[in-house]
Amino acid sequence: MKAIITVIGEDKAGIIAGVSTLLAEKKINIEDISQTIMQGYFTMIMLVNIETSTISIEALKCDLDALGEKIGVKIILQHEDIFNAMHRI
Amino acid sequence: MINSKDIIDTINMVQKEHFDVRTTTMGLSLLGCISATAEKTAQNCYDLICRRAEKIVKVANDLSMEYGVPIVNKRISVTPISLIASPFKGQEIVIAKALDKAAKEVGVDFIGGYSALVHKSTTSYERSFIDSIPEVLASTDILCSSVNVGTTRSGINLDAIKELGEMIKKTAELTKDRDGFGCAKFVAFCNAVEDNPFMAGAFHGVGEGECVINVGVSGPGVVYRAIKDAPDANITEIAEIIKKTAFKITRVGQLIATEAAKRLNAELGIVDLSLAPTPAIGDSVGRILEEMGISTVGGHGTTACLAILNDAVKKGGTMASSKVGGLSGAFIPVSEDEGMIAAAESGILTLPKLEAMTAVCSVGIDMVAVPGDTPASTISALIADEAAIGMVNNKTTAVRVIPVPNKKVGDFVEFGGLLGRAPIMDVTCASAEKFISRGGKIPAPIHGNKN
Repeated sequence: MKAIITVIGEDKAGIIAGVSTLLAEKKINIEDISQTIMQGYFTMIMLVNIETSTISIEALKCDLDALGEKIGVKIILQHEDIFNAMHRI
Repeated sequence: MINSKDIIDTINMVQKEHFDVRTTTMGLSLLGCISATAEKTAQNCYDLICRRAEKIVKVANDLSMEYGVPIVNKRISVTPISLIASPFKGQEIVIAKALDKAAKEVGVDFIGGYSALVHKSTTSYERSFIDSIPEVLASTDILCSSVNVGTTRSGINLDAIKELGEMIKKTAELTKDRDGFGCAKFVAFCNAVEDNPFMAGAFHGVGEGECVINVGVSGPGVVYRAIKDAPDANITEIAEIIKKTAFKITRVGQLIATEAAKRLNAELGIVDLSLAPTPAIGDSVGRILEEMGISTVGGHGTTACLAILNDAVKKGGTMASSKVGGLSGAFIPVSEDEGMIAAAESGILTLPKLEAMTAVCSVGIDMVAVPGDTPASTISALIADEAAIGMVNNKTTAVRVIPVPNKKVGDFVEFGGLLGRAPIMDVTCASAEKFISRGGKIPAPIHGNKN
């Protein structure tokens, strides 16, 4: 399954490093990545493949929450299909 | 990859605008559970529900986690129990208690289907069933009840409506220690639908399959935000904005319904396109109507705005789902909608205006608290009026009204949770006693005869 990870918060050093290190540890491949400033916030969006993940989605979400709290950003993981359903006909 | 703006758009809908899937409801046929005794039938119902719905809460929670969209309620609807209990007159409560217990066992929020369909006539077992409703609602916790009293095709059963007025009063009396809360679990319908996933009116029609997943979406906050972002749009443009928003909302409902049905090994039923409010700030249908340009919902122009909203929601939603059904429209429950509560409290939203609004939306006079001393005949007459609107306009209408014991106009009643709070609304003092006591059937309108 493919998922979208969205990171929203204040721009600072180490956000990409923090998130990608965590994903690498769990054997999750990043297939695409983009970053931009939206509505005044740093926004990073990653398309990841979690088929190869060594942990469950629930545990991964917990880890991402904890990391987000540590570096002061919000990290959201959602199945890719929710965006396809809403924005693609 | 999906573009960033769309991703943020979806995230904002959930995080800031209260977007959620309001309910995932499993419809279960209990027809095969009828056995030799009420006790054995009750046990069969209990076993079947526990077996088929065992995973509904887990699956809904998993989907919610994976897709990042809250699924607020998990529910079950069953075959109208008047049919299941038909051989056991006077023992209906045995089956009712088994349903309540099974629903608690699997962990759902509500179970619906303590229902009877008496739109043409009331049989002796249905009369016994209706008599059982007050005690059932007072002695169970999450079991909901409904009675269909009319259809466009068959007319309206005024005899049944007379009984319902008395039954509602009795239910309020039996649950007076909880402000008549039992009445919040009962709804009277005209043109009831067989695949409604929303409570209190959900039941699993006899034309349905064995195990079906129906999903009800929500999203008043999302529609409100979309309109707020277009302050200079004319009303044609507003309708387009609502359509596009409804499309997105419904696509999520369709996705969740499809996936839930697959994981639960059930048939994919319908997606109900209803905009269902909650008492939370920013989740109100009333506030949408105000954002369209009415200073307080209930003022002149409200009915027109609601008609636009209701129509646009259906048009947008219909393209987004392969199976649209249920009630599908905008709900206007008073106690469950922060904007409606405020408008009722200010005195601008009145019962007569609510009645007019029900002619153009789904569903009816919903979660309205009235004085405890309201005569049974007045409640019956309120149901008759709503049923007439539904019958003539070929649409579903409903009445969920609570005559709150020992409360009068100006008082407030608190039900808590999604059921919210409501001011006691004024009912006219003119009597309908003679009309209701005449009894009989209201003939079906000529356009009901379509063959």
